[in-house]
Amino acid sequence: MTAPSSAEKIPVTVLTGYLGAGKTTLLNRILSEPHGKKYAVIVNEFGEIGIDNELVVNADEEVFEMNNGCICCTVRGDLVRIIDGLMRRKGKFDAIIVETTGLADPAPVAQTFFMDENVGAKTRLDAVVTVADAKWLKDRLKDAPEAKNQIAFADVILLNKTDLVTPGELAEVEARIRAINPYAKLHRTERSKIALDEVLGRNAFDLDRILDIEPEFLTADDGHDHDHHHDHDHDHHHHHGGLKHYHDEDMQSISLNTAKPLDPDKFFPWVQDLVATEGKDILRSKGILNFKNDEERFVFQGVHMILDGDHQRKWKDGEARSSRIVFIGRHLPEEKIRKGFESCIA
Amino acid sequence: MTDFAAPLPSLADRARLVQAESTIVSMHFFRQTPVFVLGEEALLFAAPEGGKRVAIHGGAILASAADGQRIVTGGDDGKLIATNREGEHEVLATDDKKRWVDQVALGPDGAVAWAAGKVAHVRTGKGEQRDLDLPSTVAGLCFFPKGFRLAIAHYNGATLWFPNAAGAKPEVLEWKGSHLGVTVSPDGKFLVTTMQEQTLHGWRIVDAKHMRMSGYSARVRSLSWTHDGGALATSGSEQLILWPFTGKDGPMGKQPTLLAQSPARCSVVACHPRQPVAAAGFADGSVLLVRLDDGALILAREADGEPVSALGWSAEGQVLAMGTENGSASVLTL
Repeated sequence: MTAPSSAEKIPVTVLTGYLGAGKTTLLNRILSEPHGKKYAVIVNEFGEIGIDNELVVNADEEVFEMNNGCICCTVRGDLVRIIDGLMRRKGKFDAIIVETTGLADPAPVAQTFFMDENVGAKTRLDAVVTVADAKWLKDRLKDAPEAKNQIAFADVILLNKTDLVTPGELAEVEARIRAINPYAKLHRTERSKIALDEVLGRNAFDLDRILDIEPEFLTADDGHDHDHHHDHDHDHHHHHGGLKHYHDEDMQSISLNTAKPLDPDKFFPWVQDLVATEGKDILRSKGILNFKNDEERFVFQGVHMILDGDHQRKWKDGEARSSRIVFIGRHLPEEKIRKGFESCIA
Repeated sequence: MTDFAAPLPSLADRARLVQAESTIVSMHFFRQTPVFVLGEEALLFAAPEGGKRVAIHGGAILASAADGQRIVTGGDDGKLIATNREGEHEVLATDDKKRWVDQVALGPDGAVAWAAGKVAHVRTGKGEQRDLDLPSTVAGLCFFPKGFRLAIAHYNGATLWFPNAAGAKPEVLEWKGSHLGVTVSPDGKFLVTTMQEQTLHGWRIVDAKHMRMSGYSARVRSLSWTHDGGALATSGSEQLILWPFTGKDGPMGKQPTLLAQSPARCSVVACHPRQPVAAAGFADGSVLLVRLDDGALILAREADGEPVSALGWSAEGQVLAMGTENGSASVLTL
C-alpha cells in the first residue's frame, strides 16, 4: 500500500481575511461559478449566512496545543474531526474550502495538515488565500496583529474593494503588504471578483512546485484594469507612478542566498535549531538548496517549527546552482540568521 | 520478526465476500448477521442468504454502537437513530443546531449517550434525559462497565460523569493535550484515552495516577480489550500492541507485548469475545488472527492495498466480519 499521491489527495484552500474584507463574497463566487466542481465548505460558527452549497460544515475553531503545551505545535482540533467525517463521503466533493474567522491565525490550520497523519494522508493544503480590504487594511495592520499574520502567511492576497480607494491609496497599501510579504501573489479585486484558477489549485505547499521564490516585484503599472482608476485625486501624492517602500516595524521577510554549495551536515542542524528557537516568530519559510556533492536540488518549506523537505530533482545543465532561503516572520534576528546561514557553506 | 518467507496459514479464501461500495466505518452483529456501517447513509445487513441495504441517515454516518438489540448511529445530519434487527429504525434525537452527532455509546438498561459539539447527552431506558456542557468538543464517550457513569474525552483530559447525581460536579482527570477517544477497563479500575499525539494516556481511577503509553508510529485510532480484560489491544504501529492491565498497577512500569509484526501499519483491532485471540487489520488490507499466548498467526484477509477500517466478532466469536475504506467487506465463519 502506497500513500495516495498528492494528485489524489483532496486539495484544501484556506480562506482568511479580516472582518468585512470580502471572504464570504469570494466564497460565494467560488461556489456559484459554472466550474462543474463540488466543494465541501467549512465555515466558522460565526460565519455570515447565505452560503448556498450542499456540503457546509460549521466549525468552532478549536485550537489545540500538542506535545504538552509547545506553543508552535497547535492544530485545529475541529478540522481533524471534520476532515475525518468528510472523508466518509469521499467522491461527493472535489475540494475543501476552509473559511476562518477574521480573527483567526492561519498557522494552526496549516499545521493541522502536517501534524495530523490522517488529515495529511487524505488531504493536502493547497494555499492560504487572504482577502484584504484596500481601504481599511492599513489601519488594521496597525491595530490588529491578526490582520498582519494573515498577510504574512498568505500565498495569494486579494486586495479587495479597490474601487473604494484612490490609485495613490492603492499603491500605498500594496507597498505596506509588500513590506510584510513580498512573495505572495497579489491581485487587485473589486467585490472579490477573480478568476478561480488564481485562488484554487495553487499547489503552494507542494514541494515540487517550489520552483521559484523570487519576490513579486512591485511594478509601477501592473493594473490590468487600471482604466477604472483614473480618478483625479492622486495629484497630491508626490510619488505617483513611482514606488514606495516601507519597512514594517515588526513583520519582515529575510531572503538569503549563496552560490557556494552548502554542507548538509551543517545546514540541517542549523535550520532545525533555528526553528526550534525562533519558530514562534517564523511564520513561513521556504528554500531551494544546493548541497555539496549532491546532483539534486533540495527543497523545503516550513510553518513555524514544522519543516518539510525533500530532494526535488536533478540540477539541470546550465542551471545556476545556488541556494536561496526565505523567512517571513516577526522581529526576526536578521544578523544572527544571516551569519548562521553563511556558516553552513561547505 | 515474523518470517514472511514462509506463507502463513490462511483462511482468507474461505471468507464470503460482500460488496458494500462505500467506506465501511464500523461493524456490528445481530446474532450471526453481520451489519456493516457505511460511511454514507446506510447500514448493510449481510446475511448469508442475501444482503439488505437500509438507508437511515441523510449524509455521513459518524459514530455507531450496538448492544445486540439495536444499532444506534449518529450522523452529520444531526440525528441519532436506532435500528433494530429487522432494519426498522427510529430517530431518537435531533440536534437543535444540526451539529454533527459524532459520539455514541450504549449503556445499561437501554441507556444511550451521544454528543454533538460541546454537549454530552444521556437518556435512560425510561426516557429521562440529562445533558452536560463540556469546556471543549466531546471527542470520546463511553459508559463504565458497572453503574450508570460516563467517561468523556476532550481537550486537556477526561470527565467522569454520574448523570443521576444531580448537582454534583463531575470529576475531571486532567492531562494537557487533545484526547480523542476513551475506554474504561472491564474491571472499572483504569481509564485510557487516545491522544492527538502518537500516545495513549491512562489514569488509575482510584488515585488519578498517570500512565503514558507511547512508542507508536501513528495516532492510535482503535482500541479493544481482550476477552478477559487482562490487556488492551491497540492499533497505531506496525504490530499489534497489547498493554497489560493485570494487577493493581496496570501497565505502569511494564512493557507492552508486540505481536504480528507487519510491513504495514495496524489500523483496526478487535479482540475475540471468548478466546485469547485478536483480529488485527492493517493499512495494506491484510487481516491477521493473532493467538495472544504465543503470537501464532493465521491470515484472514489477503493484503490488497485497501486499508482495513472495520473489524467485528459475533457475540460467540464464530464469525469475523471485515471491512475496508474502499468498501470491500468479507465475512469469515470459523
